Amino acid sequence: MTIEPFAPVHLLAVLPEILLVVLAGVLITADLALPAARKRELGLYAAVGFGLVLGVTLLVTLPTVSGGLIFGGMLRHDLIAFAFRVLFLFAGVVTALIAVDSPTIGKEGEFFLVLTAAVLGMNLMAAAADLIMLYVAIEMTSIGLYALAGFLRENDKSAESGLKYFLFGAFTSSLMLYGFSLLYGFTGQTNLYNLAAALTGLPLEASLLALLLVLVGFGFKVSMVPFHFWAPDVYEGAPTPVTAFLSVASKAAGFAVLIRFLLAAFPGIESIWTTLIAVIAALTMTIGNVIALTQKNIKRLLAYSSIAQAGYMLMGLAALSANGVSAILYYLGMYTLTNLVAFGVIVLVGRVTGSDEIADYAGLSRRSPGLALALLVAFLSLGGIPPLAGFFGKFYLFTSVMQSGLVWLAIVGLVNAIISLYYYLIVLKVVYLGTPKDEAAVYPVPRPYQLALWACALGVIFVGAVIGPWVNIAAAAAGGLF
Amino acid sequence: MIPLSWYLALSAALFSVGVYGVLARKNAVAILMSVELMLNAVNINLVAFWHYLTPTAVSGMAFALIVFAVAAAEAAVGLALIISIYRRRQTVVAEDVNLMKF
Repeated sequence: MTIEPFAPVHLLAVLPEILLVVLAGVLITADLALPAARKRELGLYAAVGFGLVLGVTLLVTLPTVSGGLIFGGMLRHDLIAFAFRVLFLFAGVVTALIAVDSPTIGKEGEFFLVLTAAVLGMNLMAAAADLIMLYVAIEMTSIGLYALAGFLRENDKSAESGLKYFLFGAFTSSLMLYGFSLLYGFTGQTNLYNLAAALTGLPLEASLLALLLVLVGFGFKVSMVPFHFWAPDVYEGAPTPVTAFLSVASKAAGFAVLIRFLLAAFPGIESIWTTLIAVIAALTMTIGNVIALTQKNIKRLLAYSSIAQAGYMLMGLAALSANGVSAILYYLGMYTLTNLVAFGVIVLVGRVTGSDEIADYAGLSRRSPGLALALLVAFLSLGGIPPLAGFFGKFYLFTSVMQSGLVWLAIVGLVNAIISLYYYLIVLKVVYLGTPKDEAAVYPVPRPYQLALWACALGVIFVGAVIGPWVNIAAAAAGGLF
Repeated sequence: MIPLSWYLALSAALFSVGVYGVLARKNAVAILMSVELMLNAVNINLVAFWHYLTPTAVSGMAFALIVFAVAAAEAAVGLALIISIYRRRQTVVAEDVNLMKF
């Protein structure tokens, strides 16, 4: 693939990133300028800012399907990067909205600043086409997320989750970086799209060693087995809006690089890595779902559920087809909407009851029918019940896997989907049939939350009901990689 | 001239010491130091490859410089997190930091 010489029009391709830097500047200035009584508006500024960047992205930066390497090959301006960008920015809007009235982080300018930096890093991760750029983007995201997870210094669990996230993350990213340095050494190239040609002449072991090292780093980001140990602890301890962001945006960013990297750099050992990914996918979803069965804390439950969801999505990669990748994209889209609804409810309930134990959700439907309904939509979608988006997401993934001849994997996936229904329904049973501990508890839902929850919950239903356009977009984006 | 393989052997040895350190040490600061060792091993790799294989292209050199910068940022955030744990618990031993378990 040839690298396009610099043209001013390329600046348009990174306009969202430039605007995010501006937004970061605005937020830090506003944090200094606003009097303490008006600090609440910081989160609204952040949400509106992300929304504006999202609008600009949709209007201005739509690339041609083929995509081109720009900025000396550092970025690839293609449709899949565009799709992921939209996803990250949307997750940014919702995260900012559900953090607005938080008593702990709602008034902290640094929180929204670091959130902006993390979204910026993710945008670059999705577009990076060069080892150097990829490393910088991954670290930009990760370092910001370590700080966000440990943001509540006065809270033991948050501090612990930040430290654990950091230690796991630093270790795995160093292993990944060693893989990058070997790839550079073996080929003399740093551009992803030149690696494949240079690797073909080398012994198999060289590619394999680099592949395994690189998979450690990416596996950590998408929380695939055996690099999933951090997820439950970090999800439980981090401030809930951060958990929401981690579980959707960080995982999506991991998939963005995983898909691009494996397809671009290792076509020579396709048969090996697809088998490896297929086995890992089966393990990831089984382990995630089985351990989720025993959880008492809803954030931990969703952590294991998100590990299992990563397993489903890995199946699409193992299918090694445009259909498989397009199924991953659709699934990520619906998973983002769904998980944000679930975490939005958890934030609000946690604020009233002061706990994330599933037992404390007893009788939520009687105290707050709206929140209970939102949770119902989210969990049924995660479990894959029609007509919600989760059903078609799973259906599309399983079909793509069957088409590629991996029938055993589709069966494992199906069995897992059934196991997962059990623990999702248990939570819903507690919510709808349990007796509330506090008959008089009131669950206030401030405006920003109403907006975020309505947008995401309607999105879950709409994306599941009107499938055509989303599948077309996902298929076009996936087509650019093959 | 010293052959490339010597540098690579040094780097691999340093990297292995780092990996061992991360897995075996219990003190969070020691783990952070071991991670830094791994990153230094990567840098030796990058600079050696650059010097022997592609001395005319700057990519290897630039990569090593960027790894420095990122490693510094990572250490800063890491130490901050370790300090915040220390203030709460008066310990930096990773094993003792275990409020959350399966």
